[in-house]
Amino acid sequence: MFDLGVVLNNLEFLLVQGLLGLGAFGGGTLALAVPAIVLGFLLGIFVGLARLARSPLVRLPAAAYVEFFRGVPLVMVIFWIWFIMPQLLGMAIPEYGVALTAFVIFEAAYFGEIVRAGIQSVPRGQVEAAASVGLTGAQTMRWVVLPQALRNMVPSLVTQMIVLFKDTSLASIIGYVDLTKAAQIVNNREIRPLELYLFIAVVYWIFAYSLSRLARRYEHRVQAA
Amino acid sequence: MRYEFHWSVLWSGQTGGWLLQGLLVTLAISGLAWVLAVALGVVSGALRTGPWRPLRAGAAAYVEFFRNVPLLVWMFFWYFGVPPLLPAVIRDWLFDHGAEFWAGMLALGVYHGARMSEVIRSGIQSIPRTQFEAAYAMGLTPGQVYRLVIVPIALRLIVPPATNESLNLLKNSSVALTISVAELTFQTRQIETYTARAIEALTAGTVIYLALCLGIAWIMGRVERRFAIPGLIARGGA
Repeated sequence: MFDLGVVLNNLEFLLVQGLLGLGAFGGGTLALAVPAIVLGFLLGIFVGLARLARSPLVRLPAAAYVEFFRGVPLVMVIFWIWFIMPQLLGMAIPEYGVALTAFVIFEAAYFGEIVRAGIQSVPRGQVEAAASVGLTGAQTMRWVVLPQALRNMVPSLVTQMIVLFKDTSLASIIGYVDLTKAAQIVNNREIRPLELYLFIAVVYWIFAYSLSRLARRYEHRVQAA
Repeated sequence: MRYEFHWSVLWSGQTGGWLLQGLLVTLAISGLAWVLAVALGVVSGALRTGPWRPLRAGAAAYVEFFRNVPLLVWMFFWYFGVPPLLPAVIRDWLFDHGAEFWAGMLALGVYHGARMSEVIRSGIQSIPRTQFEAAYAMGLTPGQVYRLVIVPIALRLIVPPATNESLNLLKNSSVALTISVAELTFQTRQIETYTARAIEALTAGTVIYLALCLGIAWIMGRVERRFAIPGLIARGGA
């Protein structure tokens, strides 16, 4: 009854098309996840810094941004971007653009909180010491605070990356052909849901679990040092 | 961009009822899944800190397998993959009685149980060793140590992260729309389909989710202060 032949017969479509995005459909889980992580983190740095700004004109909008996106489901944000973006830009947007925009905007709120916590974890004395040796505010941030903050952030950053990696499966809802959608497409033809969904579960698992192992090893190394 | 707002689509005709139904289904599926997640999380989280190696490994395997796979995949797995394995009688009964709701509830509960387990484990591990030693010295059995001493303290320590995780569960219940559970996001899409007023429909859904999340966060903040053990849980700064 349990027949892995269906996975083997469609292995190329599932992995090359679904996971990597090299095929007739474009798409791809990794082709979406990697830029979404990089851009989401970059925007998150600005959000995190803005939340710590002295001026309330910068701080309060950043806080509202974070609270808003952490209070709504990602699925909702994806639908928002899906409807709003073509209206705003006055043209059709491919699923890839919609999904990437939704992920970057949504995840920046979470990355922003991690950046803020990381910066706040650097002891106040470090900033004062930097000021007393004559560094400017920007220099203090660049050479003293950020290097230490980044080190403290690594575990939560990796956790968030894993979350984002898994979240990319939601792009299949608007028709983006990622690993999940590829399995759905194959299943529509073969009707072998148990084998197919278990197989992609294992593929997702391998990526997410290796990332979490890597983060744990890094933590041990930092603690030992 | 020119867009004329017609907010009245949200309460004219059936749409108001749809939103309400969607809200009720979201609350029902999240509530049941939450009970399941907390039960699985408490048991597996406690076992992971316990002295029995096979149980510890079993609990770790559950957590690592379920939390490292997307919830959407689990939805498809429980809804499409599992029913064909069941005897025909049970399967037919299920499909007559809202199989998508139960599959979605299971997917949500088992997935978040694994994440809740991590919250509870780190709560237990942050309790000083001396609490365990003192409890054993009083002559309590391992079961009693957990039930009477460790879990009551851990439950208080974990209120903030557990609240966060519960809100994640509530928001993630929206993923159940993929297996056509008629929850809030599903109904929002339905209103959009029937009225072609996307922005109004999405605004309504978004506002309801925001109100739920902010409301629960506010209540749990009060619970945390109410049940804090003086001296044990240091409230930093604010």
